[in-house]
Amino acid sequence: MINKAIFERSAVGRLLLADKAGRYLITGLLAVMVVVPLCNLLMPAGSFLHIPTYIVVLLGKYLCYALLALALDLVWGYCGILSLGHGAFFALGGYAMGMHLMRQIGERGVYGNAELPDFMVFLNWTELPWYWYGFDNFFFAMFMVALVPAALAFVFGWLAFRSRVTGVYLSIITQAMTYALLLAFFRNDMGFGGNNGLTDFKDILGFSLQSDVTRCVLFALSALSVALAYILCRAIVSSKYGRVLVAIRDAESRTRFMGYRVEHFKLFVFVVSAILAGIAGALYVPQVGIINPGEFGPINSIEIVIWVAIGGRGTLFGAVIGAIAVNYAKTYFTGAFPEVWLFMLGALFVISTLYLPKGIVGVVNQMRERRAERDATSTPEQGAQS
Amino acid sequence: MSAVVKSPGFHSAEMQSMLYLNGVTKSFDGFKAINNLSLDISPGELRAIIGPNGAGKSTMMDIITGKTRPDSGEVKFRDSIDLTQYDEADIANLGIGRKFQKPTVIETLTVWENVELALAGTRSVLRALLHKLSSEQADKIDEVIKLVGLKVKTNDLAGSLSHGQKQWLEIGMLIVQGPELLLVDEPAAGMTDHETMETAALLKEINKDHTVVVVEHDMDFIKALDSKVTVLHEGSVLAEGRLEVVSANPRVIEVYLGR
Repeated sequence: MINKAIFERSAVGRLLLADKAGRYLITGLLAVMVVVPLCNLLMPAGSFLHIPTYIVVLLGKYLCYALLALALDLVWGYCGILSLGHGAFFALGGYAMGMHLMRQIGERGVYGNAELPDFMVFLNWTELPWYWYGFDNFFFAMFMVALVPAALAFVFGWLAFRSRVTGVYLSIITQAMTYALLLAFFRNDMGFGGNNGLTDFKDILGFSLQSDVTRCVLFALSALSVALAYILCRAIVSSKYGRVLVAIRDAESRTRFMGYRVEHFKLFVFVVSAILAGIAGALYVPQVGIINPGEFGPINSIEIVIWVAIGGRGTLFGAVIGAIAVNYAKTYFTGAFPEVWLFMLGALFVISTLYLPKGIVGVVNQMRERRAERDATSTPEQGAQS
Repeated sequence: MSAVVKSPGFHSAEMQSMLYLNGVTKSFDGFKAINNLSLDISPGELRAIIGPNGAGKSTMMDIITGKTRPDSGEVKFRDSIDLTQYDEADIANLGIGRKFQKPTVIETLTVWENVELALAGTRSVLRALLHKLSSEQADKIDEVIKLVGLKVKTNDLAGSLSHGQKQWLEIGMLIVQGPELLLVDEPAAGMTDHETMETAALLKEINKDHTVVVVEHDMDFIKALDSKVTVLHEGSVLAEGRLEVVSANPRVIEVYLGR
């Protein structure tokens, strides 16, 4: 156990001390990070406690989505930027990771070409395009996982925020952005594998992607990333900067007249959010084993918004809860009643907008408040009776 | 109190006018919202601006604060600063504070947090991320909250305040911004008579250390301010002077007071 006094004195400790739900969330994440791999690796296959590998992968996927939802909640929940293009940052991070994994295949591909990935051999390309240079190196690739989404977010945000594009117009151009990337990545001559994307990965840093241990490590890293990203986001929104974000969300022109450069504040949070989304994508790809242009699909980006809305916007932990809950429902219903899932998703969004404007977190808070009120009123009566 | 609201360079001998508009014109789709408007506010002045709806009061505020660019004319702050070259954030940092017609406070933050955001200081992203409040700054915030009469509401959400209290909070936010010139747009709108009089007293108090320009409809409020009055009509100045003088002007009676 961590020494309580040290915990309370540290910056992170002070942050979490004021955030009860956050403490539960982090404790929960750290617990699954340890327990799930142990139950997968150490428990015998028939045991009641055994968690099969496919479940580990599935949970790992949910955690990547949770990280993506956190990224969106940071810009949407706190700054009011309704991005309908966050799937693009996720996919770009995923592609950067996928490119590294492609280079790791080496001569084990179908064509046995150590110089070129299979799809390039198939297209009769003779040499590696310049933008694939460096992806052999793990650290370079990890740097690109953050840099590429950040650069896109910076350029896009710079233009949009400086021109004061807000509200529904901004949402529409973010959709256009991800759709444009979808079309671009579908083209074979872009050099990213066209509509097949990147797949057939073998190993990462020399560890086989098929082995249970690697999968458990990737799962644990995903859980850890969500926890760290949560702390980062909480630190951002608890600072004065975070209060400026809220001010921009609620009264943008007031904030301008207070002397804040709204476009700079928006740009910074947008870039941070894009990096988090990119990291989520990079964790996702080795776990699911493929990245293709479908990830840029406009619907994917809209789904992220639904996760956050259902979980509870502007709370951070709501985003994590929403992403996991909705994706669990998706896994279940697409298995049990595949035809109705999209209708259910639509209905969920309508219901949550109409009846649960603050999402699952809002409902829980409301119930707690009611109980507290009831306790407050009933306690004196009980005292009188006894 | 004076420590809070004092602004530097206020009484400098060489400054002729705090705000100077000359021949300003702005049209929207051919309609001249502002037509050859000239206005001169001297340092330390309290000026009331009245005029019927559509007289161009809000457009004038927008031009001064950088929200709208004029088609032609000069807009000078402190004699020499050409305000048409700057945007809202620049102009706020130059020392012009603006209060909106509708009370605009950050409803999901507390009274204290609202004032903290407005408190003068650097506005960069990095500083905001690493910001730690000094005890001096905390004192200033408390002082201003007391000045605008919201001490008991310090930790309440701004959204829970009454209409009048929101107006006062916004005025408080303007003061801690440390501006030299305050533009106040219809502060008494929607207030009770009692609140209106309190607001007039508050503005006069603020005027001790700031130049204040008030746009208002409410005649009782203008009387309580007891200051020089400018009457706007169809985008230009119709009359200027003491309220008694202005209200005796037959043109003014015709377009405004008579109605």
